[in-house]
Amino acid sequence: MPLPRFGRFTLPRPTLPAVALVVLSLLVGAAASDPLAVRRRAQPPSPGTVRSSGGTLPTAATVAAIDRLLAERRSVAGVEAAAVADNLTILRRLWLALAGTIPSLEEIRSFEADGAPGAVDRALATLLADRRSAEALARRLASPLVGDEKGEFIVFRRDRFTTWLADQIAANRPWDQTVREMVSARGLWTDTPAVNFITQAAANGVIDADKLAGRVSRVFLGARLDCAQCHDHPFAAWKQGEFEGLAASFAQAKLSPVGVEDDPARVHRIDRTSVAALATAMTGAGRNVPPRVPFGAEWLGSGGTHRENLAAWVIHTDNRRFDRAIANRMWSILFGKAWHEPVDDIPDPGPTSSPDDLLDLLADDFREHGRDLRRLIGVIAATEAFRFASTHPDLESAEGAARVKAAWGAFPLTRLTPEQMIGAMAATTSLQTIERDSHVLTRTIRFFRETDFLREYGQVVDSQGGSLPATIPQALVQMNGKLAREMVEANVVTATGRIAGMAHDDVARLEVAFLVALTRRPASEERELLLPLLTLAETKGRGLEDVMWTLFNCPEFSWNH
Amino acid sequence: MPTRLRIPVGPRYEGFASAPTGRRSVLLAAASLGLSFALPALPARAARRRGVERPRSLLVVWLAGGPSQLETFDPHPGAAAGGPTQDISTAVPGVRIAADYPRLAEVLDRFALVRSLVSKEGDHERGQYAVKTGYRPDPTAIHPALGAIAAHELPATGLELPRFIALGEAEFPSRGGYLGNELDPYRVFAPGQKGQNLEPHVQADRQARRLGALDSLTRSFETGRGEAVRRTFHEHTLREALTLMTSEQLAAFDLDGESEAVKGLYGDSDFGRGCLVARRLIEAGVRSVEITLPGFDTHARNFAGHTSQARLLDPALAALVGDLEDRDLLESTVVLVMGEFGRTPSINPLDGRDHWPHGFSCLLGGAGIAAGQVIGSTDPEGVAKQPTDPVEIPDLSATVLAALGIDFAREVATLVGRPMKLSAGTPLAKLLRGEA
Repeated sequence: MPLPRFGRFTLPRPTLPAVALVVLSLLVGAAASDPLAVRRRAQPPSPGTVRSSGGTLPTAATVAAIDRLLAERRSVAGVEAAAVADNLTILRRLWLALAGTIPSLEEIRSFEADGAPGAVDRALATLLADRRSAEALARRLASPLVGDEKGEFIVFRRDRFTTWLADQIAANRPWDQTVREMVSARGLWTDTPAVNFITQAAANGVIDADKLAGRVSRVFLGARLDCAQCHDHPFAAWKQGEFEGLAASFAQAKLSPVGVEDDPARVHRIDRTSVAALATAMTGAGRNVPPRVPFGAEWLGSGGTHRENLAAWVIHTDNRRFDRAIANRMWSILFGKAWHEPVDDIPDPGPTSSPDDLLDLLADDFREHGRDLRRLIGVIAATEAFRFASTHPDLESAEGAARVKAAWGAFPLTRLTPEQMIGAMAATTSLQTIERDSHVLTRTIRFFRETDFLREYGQVVDSQGGSLPATIPQALVQMNGKLAREMVEANVVTATGRIAGMAHDDVARLEVAFLVALTRRPASEERELLLPLLTLAETKGRGLEDVMWTLFNCPEFSWNH
Repeated sequence: MPTRLRIPVGPRYEGFASAPTGRRSVLLAAASLGLSFALPALPARAARRRGVERPRSLLVVWLAGGPSQLETFDPHPGAAAGGPTQDISTAVPGVRIAADYPRLAEVLDRFALVRSLVSKEGDHERGQYAVKTGYRPDPTAIHPALGAIAAHELPATGLELPRFIALGEAEFPSRGGYLGNELDPYRVFAPGQKGQNLEPHVQADRQARRLGALDSLTRSFETGRGEAVRRTFHEHTLREALTLMTSEQLAAFDLDGESEAVKGLYGDSDFGRGCLVARRLIEAGVRSVEITLPGFDTHARNFAGHTSQARLLDPALAALVGDLEDRDLLESTVVLVMGEFGRTPSINPLDGRDHWPHGFSCLLGGAGIAAGQVIGSTDPEGVAKQPTDPVEIPDLSATVLAALGIDFAREVATLVGRPMKLSAGTPLAKLLRGEA
């Protein structure tokens, strides 16, 4: 008899539609009689550091320096700046990056009700102060931090780790402190969640020091030092010995009944059966390797465990790689594309910080302001480049598109992650924002729907280097899948049904459908082309189903723009 | 075809200009050009060609969870490691397998039996990765499964079905890895039914209206973004999906045309139906099929568990091999039967066996394989950990690719420009026909 599976829930599926109906009915009830009406949400106080408009605010100098650098880059490439995107488009980008979904109709109405200058900045501040963004960011960061594998359930709890990380982000804990805890934590994976960073590397019952060294170098230093595990790095200065020395810092870590511990008696031994030795004959057999860092040995901590000493080195304020790595990572979360691809293998910093290096500008600002992730996000989101339209006259030709892309002359098109995709579909269905606190059952349903959806949709792995075209099975899921059908269907609980029943005419219905799915209103030609779907249909519900299906399946829905 | 979507042409295959080295764009272009959509209609003879003339295919029967070598292909009755499992003689003189496999025993001469596989990975997720790809898990790259490599490297002229199809529930699905997401298998969870998500939700007239509107919105999104939108391949992929939805080749998924006698031979189980569908897909020209039989992770009640698995596996696998042979398809199909690792020679207090990546077994048969032999042996007393004639996983992967006629040592550029060999191993000459 197989052992019970812990990694997968097996709640009875048939009850789900019933539960969904109840929950969604509650949602409808809560939505008052007119779901399309403007409702103001209480605005949490905006953290001053993330506001960007006006010359006197704290981030303005850094933002201006970045804008200047990018303007020069465009000028050298002979690329004009794209027009500024409209506010709703920017709102959609912010929601996708920071909440993993698109703004609901409720959010859009609330945003539009704030017609004053700086509305985007206020929306950003509200979003950053929201627990949802902490959770979405934690899920994005968990992928590079602990990988996408399931891992060994006995010692690795992804959910604990992600929740802990979300707590740190929600509390706006300085990033270096969070990282220090991950690298050096001791204890049980269940009650010291940071330790899952270490136990994720457990394979066949032991902690794989090589894997941890690789992860630390890629995520915290932006260097694929693990290429040097088997051979010297192909284009950077890393040597195999340097990788071994880094791995040796994790050799004391071991699994025990009380969790991860550091045993001072343990040493890092390279022998014939190690991964490195397996792949190459270059490594000598049976050597003990002491901890060693590839540069900046004076930054190492002293007196602690090897891991504590290493953590001090990683986050040392002179270790510019640390700040550049997270700057590049955040850029990639906001733009869908890293400043340097691949996101975890970026060029070495110059000898001193340079105003001509975008990552230096971001990294210096980050370091000088308490390694505040929210501020970093605020700076990136306030740049001109982030607010450019994704349209550009030069995009008509292949050659022009390459130039625009290289000079960041327009906002890049990148495909939504599966999580963003399902988040966007869910947001489109409910009219209101699905939140953590008030709708536990909705979240449960979303979990099952996500599980089903992801099973068929497959994973798109962030770390593989940017946006890949969709696959045929993905196109089929989007067109013909169960989730798509449930979401498009016009009934009393879906947005489709409610818009069909409540908006006063077809033009208004079409407008709301566009807002809900694409966060914009239809252009007049689009209105003309799509209105027949509503007028030709047997019922308003059928017609609106066709409209929603079309919106779900168009490239604008599944590509961030 | 009720659609006005345009067929993409030339320039869109130029790939992504962002590639620092250009390798990525070349790769993407190559991968995209290989997609069935871009190819002319099915030449009638391609799928009908038989014997060694036919392009080769790979059929992987994946025994998920780690099948016990001792209860399948490497029994040791009466010895310390053997447990209560009995053995029977087979079509290969002197070779005995577990008594639960009487029908397979009759066709064992169609396979080479390797009893000395050694892997470095004793965890399910890592173990299946190692065995399916021939590489150990590597945080900087996802390696393609053998099935994805076969689909990528072998010609599939005129095929409208996906080139790589996975049948049954796999906890860790095979991946296209650095060859691209389009080499991920098309997964069919309940074999015997048509694949999921192939039916539009609405009647033809509404579907036509929807597709027409979709065309309008795609054009409108292209305005001012032309090349950037074309490079998403969104429309291209959609068009391929629509082609698949209406393809006559989908009949390969449908078992209605099979007689009750044939279905009976394979067994009335999802796995049996899966094997029958697998045969039909191979017949239709699909280059790579993987079928998963889960349930081998017998940490408790190992023997009863393996007996019930054998009731599913024995008839289906024997029928599959016989059927492929009768249809003259075995000569062009490499058949690999294995799981992520074996199970311990010792029996634990729950009457179970635990994970054992040393000295486990696989069957390899069909195209190019020197069948009717056994390689390696394990210690009947379970004392010696290493088997004789150990076969490393990378060498097995190289052997499978070589049997498919694939240049296993070819270097392919990954998406980030790092070159990788399709296999890091060396084929075992004695497993390949004409090489020994």
